[in-house]
Amino acid sequence: MNEHVNIARTSEWNGGRVRIPAPIAMLAELTHRCPLACPYCSNPLELDGVKAELSTEAWISVFEQAAALGVLHLHLSGGEPAARRDLVELTIAAAKAGLYTNLITSGIGLTEKRIAELSEAGLDHLQLSIQGATPDLADKVGGYKGGYHRKIAAAEWTHAAGIPLTVNAVCHKQNMDQIGDMLDLAVKLGARRIEIATVQFHGWAERNRKALMPTRQQVLKTNAFVDEARKRLEGIIVIDYVPADHHSTYPKACMGGWGRTGLNVTPSGKVLPCHAAESIPSLQFETVRDKPLADIWYDSDAFNAYRGDSWMPDLCRSCDRKAIDMGGCRCQAMALAGDPAATDPVCIRSFKRQALVEQAEIDSCIEPPDFIYRGR
Amino acid sequence: MSEPSAVAVTAQTVAKLARGVRLREDPVRGQTVLLAPERALALDEIAVMIVNALDGERSLDAIAEEFSVKFEAPKDQVLSDMIAFVDEFSKRRMLELKS
Repeated sequence: MNEHVNIARTSEWNGGRVRIPAPIAMLAELTHRCPLACPYCSNPLELDGVKAELSTEAWISVFEQAAALGVLHLHLSGGEPAARRDLVELTIAAAKAGLYTNLITSGIGLTEKRIAELSEAGLDHLQLSIQGATPDLADKVGGYKGGYHRKIAAAEWTHAAGIPLTVNAVCHKQNMDQIGDMLDLAVKLGARRIEIATVQFHGWAERNRKALMPTRQQVLKTNAFVDEARKRLEGIIVIDYVPADHHSTYPKACMGGWGRTGLNVTPSGKVLPCHAAESIPSLQFETVRDKPLADIWYDSDAFNAYRGDSWMPDLCRSCDRKAIDMGGCRCQAMALAGDPAATDPVCIRSFKRQALVEQAEIDSCIEPPDFIYRGR
Repeated sequence: MSEPSAVAVTAQTVAKLARGVRLREDPVRGQTVLLAPERALALDEIAVMIVNALDGERSLDAIAEEFSVKFEAPKDQVLSDMIAFVDEFSKRRMLELKS
């Protein structure tokens, strides 16, 4: 999810007290089931089983609560959301609640008929992942033979149904040199938008660092390529690009700030400030089975843990960039510094930064080992 | 599938919102928003009026003519503002254009 928002907010740091804005986007992870096994999957290492999943009625209630809370964009995701047999029914309910409904899918499990039904149901937009520009590489990364061709078919059905298409390309050491071909493929498939996002190194991706970490040269080449392609393809395709974090100077404003613009609901109904938040062991997350969504957003300890600046170390609290990057990524601070309230180690001002850059350099230059596939 | 090409915006351009782009009232924040993939833009009154006038039938010239009469503003100015607005939104792939 890569939300771009220009909705004005009043000051959130007003006399040291945090004014909590309403959320704009919700990621609904309908299921953790997925036919693919990408080695950088954003799902947690502990996956929810099918029996733990929220019922159709429970999800519909969550959508209605989200709309009332101020959510504008709903992302139906997973795992693979098409693994839910009630996907069309859920889409109808989301559209009825007034939510702008986006399906984030691998394309596996979608048929021409199902895509037509989703279009009829009011689906606003479909985001299709591709793992590479050639069948060999794409199927190797996804761990699913024949996946590439099924994705191309899904893209063509989506285009034929008139549903706007975004191609989502997660890039890393092993496919970054195909970025140009992936962009050409997206244009050929009729996508209006492509999201090129460099792997974020936590969870499954952290286990696969040596297989995924791009080299500095790859990153610089990709940055330059994106600049050039944006100009060349202006008005044809919009390119949203998330550059490599470990090669940047400052951290990203992860999720637009903790508990500030978006929330995530897991298959079993836990509500998280971001999809990786369960990697922070000190936090307890509440579920929609027990509490209204609005109470969790505004009042829960987990959502309030890293709002505003009172949790920040002095280095961040006194920093003139704190309103730009909101202190960076808490899960990354947990994973790389062992403390979720530490300065994001990606930041040039963090004393952990040098070690991070050196390790990234080492991992990037290694001959990639076999993938550790998610869930296998 | 042939590769599409970007279309230049002129007074003769006829535009409408592309599928997947829509205006919505946002009662929680008391504003009107234009929703598109991964984008939510809060629009002011003038922008809302322009978006609503992009009906896929009238040219920008015809809409500018109507607005210049309605708001007693010079038509050239209204038209050039509209072309700039439509060009900007078209670059973001939010509009379908005919010209």
